[in-house]
Amino acid sequence: MKLKLLIVAILIITSSCKNENKIAEESTDVAKKEADNTIDPNDIVLEVYDYKGFEKFLKKKDDKIYVINFWATWCKPCVKELPYFEKLNEQYSDKNVEVILVSLDFPHLYESKLKPFIKKKNLKSKVIALDDADMNSWIPKVDEDWSGAIPATLIYKNEASKFFEGSFTYETLETEIKHFLK
Amino acid sequence: MKKIVKIISVAFVVLSISAFTMYKTASTDGGYKIGDIAEDFSLENVDGNMVSLSDYKDAKGFIVTFTCNTCPYAVMYEDRINDLNKKYASKGFPVIAIMPNNTDVKPGDNMEAMKTRAKSKGFTFPYLLDKGQKVYPKFGATKTPHIFLLQKTDKGHVVKYIGAIDDNYKSASAVKTKYVENAVDALLEGKEVKQTETKAIGCSIKV
Repeated sequence: MKLKLLIVAILIITSSCKNENKIAEESTDVAKKEADNTIDPNDIVLEVYDYKGFEKFLKKKDDKIYVINFWATWCKPCVKELPYFEKLNEQYSDKNVEVILVSLDFPHLYESKLKPFIKKKNLKSKVIALDDADMNSWIPKVDEDWSGAIPATLIYKNEASKFFEGSFTYETLETEIKHFLK
Repeated sequence: MKKIVKIISVAFVVLSISAFTMYKTASTDGGYKIGDIAEDFSLENVDGNMVSLSDYKDAKGFIVTFTCNTCPYAVMYEDRINDLNKKYASKGFPVIAIMPNNTDVKPGDNMEAMKTRAKSKGFTFPYLLDKGQKVYPKFGATKTPHIFLLQKTDKGHVVKYIGAIDDNYKSASAVKTKYVENAVDALLEGKEVKQTETKAIGCSIKV
């Protein structure tokens, strides 16, 4: 009897793993799809903030779930997980979820790297740039536990928030969002 | 029958653990805190020699710097790391640089690339490869660059400062507070370090 139960449990686990893989494959497909676009990178208006100006994005209290992802074009694991944030933003837009991609790219590369990247990847989520060199003054304000490594993500809704230092898959990201939706 | 149940249970546990570790990230929960004693290590330098803290008989301490070739922030600090060593090695606080990334993930950080980088930038300090990635988790380094200032005492190498080099990654001339220099100066004067921890953006260590 016990044996049967265990086998059933294992079957469930392996099949759910398979499903996860499928979703992961799908999202990479989405990532691979290079959008054909006609926007000139020069037409992209990039909002640039110092921390004081940026802070309002962390303090909204409008019952919306905000997913604040700190990234940069030079950060490989960040670029790898961007499609998951894009997918989340698209699939949960009707559930009051908004993704904001906060670029920590170097200001002198906004024109040559960041804007062309936004265009090439056809990013639909809101992208803003945070330019504040005195990092020790603001990193702990985003979260006490943040060492400063990116990728890093803050998910919040009104007063409730959760911080993550590290990479997401679409599944792990969706799991966290579902906690906030409950 | 019992045996089969046992085997399957083990398989079950292994499966659930592997499912969990799939999402493992570079962040380390452990690592040294201020006041902890740092363990010595033996790592290969770009000159082919093995380097340990115990090799430095006359040192008063060490500016242990986790850095790499491929992180733009680390690159922006290379000259300043070199300057730190030039200023403080003779005073008893040499820089020991450690490259913590997995070189399979970041081939641009492998030993050959490290040698080239050290030569072209004229590194005056050892640039060590954390082969097998055993050392950085002990320190609790999470990113490059990441500094750990150690003071040699009778009890061992005490961690006195953890964090950034200074408060402006963009330009050395725009720096207002030199965190590491202030900390080393305090130790040289026999004082306590005032600002023991700082945060800065950096590239996550690649596992």
